[in-house]
Amino acid sequence: MKSGNGYKVIGSRPIRHDGVDKVTGRAKYGADLNFPDMLYGKVLRSPHAHAKIISLDVSQALEYPGVKDIITGSDLPIVEERIAEFGEIPENMRFLSDNVLASEKVFYKGQPIAVVAATDIHTAEEAVDLIEVEYEILASVTTVEEAIAPDAVVLHQSLTTNTLGEKTDIPTNIASHFRHENGDLSLGFSQAETNGVVIERTFTTQTVHQGYIEPHTATAKYNPDGELTVWTSTQGAFAVRDQVAEILRHSASKIKVVPLEIGGGFGGKIRVYVSPLAALLSIRTGLPVKITMSREEVFEGTGPAPATLIRVKIGATKDGRITAAEADLFYEAGAYPGSAVGAGANCMFTAYKIPNLRIDGFDVVVNKPRSSAYRAPGAPNGSFAAECVIDEICQKLEIDPLEFRLFNGAKEGDPRPTGPIHGKIGYIETVSAAQTHEHYQSEIDILKRQGRGIASGYWGNGAGRSSVNLTVNGDGTIMLLEGSTDIGGSRASIAMQAAEVLGIASEDVRPAVVDTNTIGETGVTGGSRTTHATGLVAIRAAEDVITQMKGQMADHWEVNQVDFSDGVFSSSNKSCGFKEAAKICAPVVGSVTESTGGAGGGFGTHIVDVEVDEETGKVEILRYTAVQDVGTAIHPSYVEGQMQGGVVQGIGWALSEEYVFGENGEMKNSSFLDYRMPTCYDTPMIDTVLVEVPNPGHPFGVRGVGEVPLVPPLAAIANAVSRAIGVRMTDLPMNPGVVLKALDKI
Amino acid sequence: MAIVSIPSLMRDLTNEKSQVEITGTTIRELLDNMESEFPGVKERLCHQDDGIERISPYIGVYVDGVLIERGMRSPIGPNSEVHFLPAMGGGC
Repeated sequence: MKSGNGYKVIGSRPIRHDGVDKVTGRAKYGADLNFPDMLYGKVLRSPHAHAKIISLDVSQALEYPGVKDIITGSDLPIVEERIAEFGEIPENMRFLSDNVLASEKVFYKGQPIAVVAATDIHTAEEAVDLIEVEYEILASVTTVEEAIAPDAVVLHQSLTTNTLGEKTDIPTNIASHFRHENGDLSLGFSQAETNGVVIERTFTTQTVHQGYIEPHTATAKYNPDGELTVWTSTQGAFAVRDQVAEILRHSASKIKVVPLEIGGGFGGKIRVYVSPLAALLSIRTGLPVKITMSREEVFEGTGPAPATLIRVKIGATKDGRITAAEADLFYEAGAYPGSAVGAGANCMFTAYKIPNLRIDGFDVVVNKPRSSAYRAPGAPNGSFAAECVIDEICQKLEIDPLEFRLFNGAKEGDPRPTGPIHGKIGYIETVSAAQTHEHYQSEIDILKRQGRGIASGYWGNGAGRSSVNLTVNGDGTIMLLEGSTDIGGSRASIAMQAAEVLGIASEDVRPAVVDTNTIGETGVTGGSRTTHATGLVAIRAAEDVITQMKGQMADHWEVNQVDFSDGVFSSSNKSCGFKEAAKICAPVVGSVTESTGGAGGGFGTHIVDVEVDEETGKVEILRYTAVQDVGTAIHPSYVEGQMQGGVVQGIGWALSEEYVFGENGEMKNSSFLDYRMPTCYDTPMIDTVLVEVPNPGHPFGVRGVGEVPLVPPLAAIANAVSRAIGVRMTDLPMNPGVVLKALDKI
Repeated sequence: MAIVSIPSLMRDLTNEKSQVEITGTTIRELLDNMESEFPGVKERLCHQDDGIERISPYIGVYVDGVLIERGMRSPIGPNSEVHFLPAMGGGC
């Protein structure tokens, strides 16, 4: 029977296929893997934020009983400076290799310098202490302001500013600069100045980590025939394979990467850290080698989201029409170029029609861990700044913030501020749904320093290459092999799409995430692309299976034509269900690899109520409602879970999370005790509203949903706090000290 | 002819024009024709990958509002709108 949305499976809430293994602890994660004779690797990391390596002596450590090998940067092949793409990350190979194991200089505290392989982890740790390194300590820069100052210490003498392919000859910490420019900015601002309001503010956000529960881990095993197998926790097995192949100059065809269950990624498990090290040690020793990071290593040695400095100026007329906007975005790339400033610029004003615009973006290197993707990378920062200024404009003009968004909000056919035309989008629908929600109609108590904040956000979502292999078994069940690692319930959402096409129950599809030798090339699980792209490929594979089975049933029934609808094969006088047909036709195999397109961008609008304790400066989240255009929710529970998870991470960005650095660029809070992520005590129940504006680029209307919900919370909470205390909050996190300072209490 | 929006930092190559009309049925044809008319464009938008000229991985190309996935071979309609923007990368 079809449900209200016209589908049988889509929109239902079956138990996830991997649920039993997960809740009973049987699921295998990277660190669970063990082999006889396995060696354990431990990384020696730089204690300095910026230093030259003058000398490196591993002789004493090599003689330590139990130590089998030690590698340093000089043991890596010299990788040329060229750009390669792994999934959706463009990588400079030399920088990637240097980040894995430093050669001549270290650019952040925690950068790997040497790796010991020993018979047990304790021996490896003890041997690491015996490695002697002589450094020439250099002055470090750890903020954008320091890094772009005229007399700044330059990290990379070979780095010059890349301006759309054009380079200067001057060494600098500004790795790249771009600009979006449309319309007549001075005209737009003069219209607002004479007949409205212009607000300009500068905002800062701090370095924050994805905080995945499972640390990075990799186990490598080299066979004498040259075959290398790597078991790891990753968002993209093929991306790991190709990065290891590039760094070690090992043929990709001789590398098999087995993705194990993943305990969170959020963008941080695409770039490799320990996989090439374990692989090289295994190649050299001939033994399996496992390297698992500690939490401290994860904080100091992997890629967090960048700290940012953002200036935003927006003008609007008295009746609330935005006439102009400009922004300067400075994103910390960390030790090597490549922050998400481009995405930040693309997303920050996308919800609005803005006729006159300028955005300048700058990618700036600093002596911090190399920044990497983190859930809608770059977008939360830029949107924080834009949405806070918009809220202030609403206050000045005394316009309801949702009315303002309805008035200025983008619809299908409108040009984005950066140029391209919007396709079918559901932004206005999210604002309308927020406006009519009971939360927005409810009262808050301003006498208790309560405030309500509103913010919207956008993420473009991705598509790209995916592969699916479907095998129909004789009992009518399906084995579904896929290359997309499952970080958010995508096994279920992909199996459900195949089931819908085949007219069978989701439980009759057994999805499995398999290794790089077993399935076709598949992009990373990132960019909110997986349910869209791999789902689309699963649909194609299911359609192929149906086509094959129709042919076989025609032969079986000796008829010229067989039709298939609602899980039933039929000819002029015969019919049977899928399972019955499977008995006749099995095995049937449908295998599709396709580079998909058609991803539809997603918008969210969030409402949050806070209460600020004037004595302590603590901000309490009283109530939170996240509204999002999700296209078509394949498995609504997992969509709701993505939205709730994104909001909780956003609460962390807004109120408590930050890397705290000492004077010499060393991280001071590299443990979960000191790096304050939100817990259940910090968050209320996050209410979700799924707005479904189907994406025409997908047969079922799927839009990516995982990243949008981290975009609005920063501004929504800042706007709520600002309205509660009557002071505009511009710096994150708004921890008690920051709030008390805003209140002039300290 | 396709309407190509020129990023402002490249307008020094197009006589400060923010939009130009260029013929081409694929991105490669379009870029070849742009290069003929406005020399230097390819150097800004493309890079060499193992001897093959490709769109720079740092550039996202939008045709009629949709991010292309097929690189240089991506088709362009006779009246398409083409934008070159900084690329976006995703996290989950």
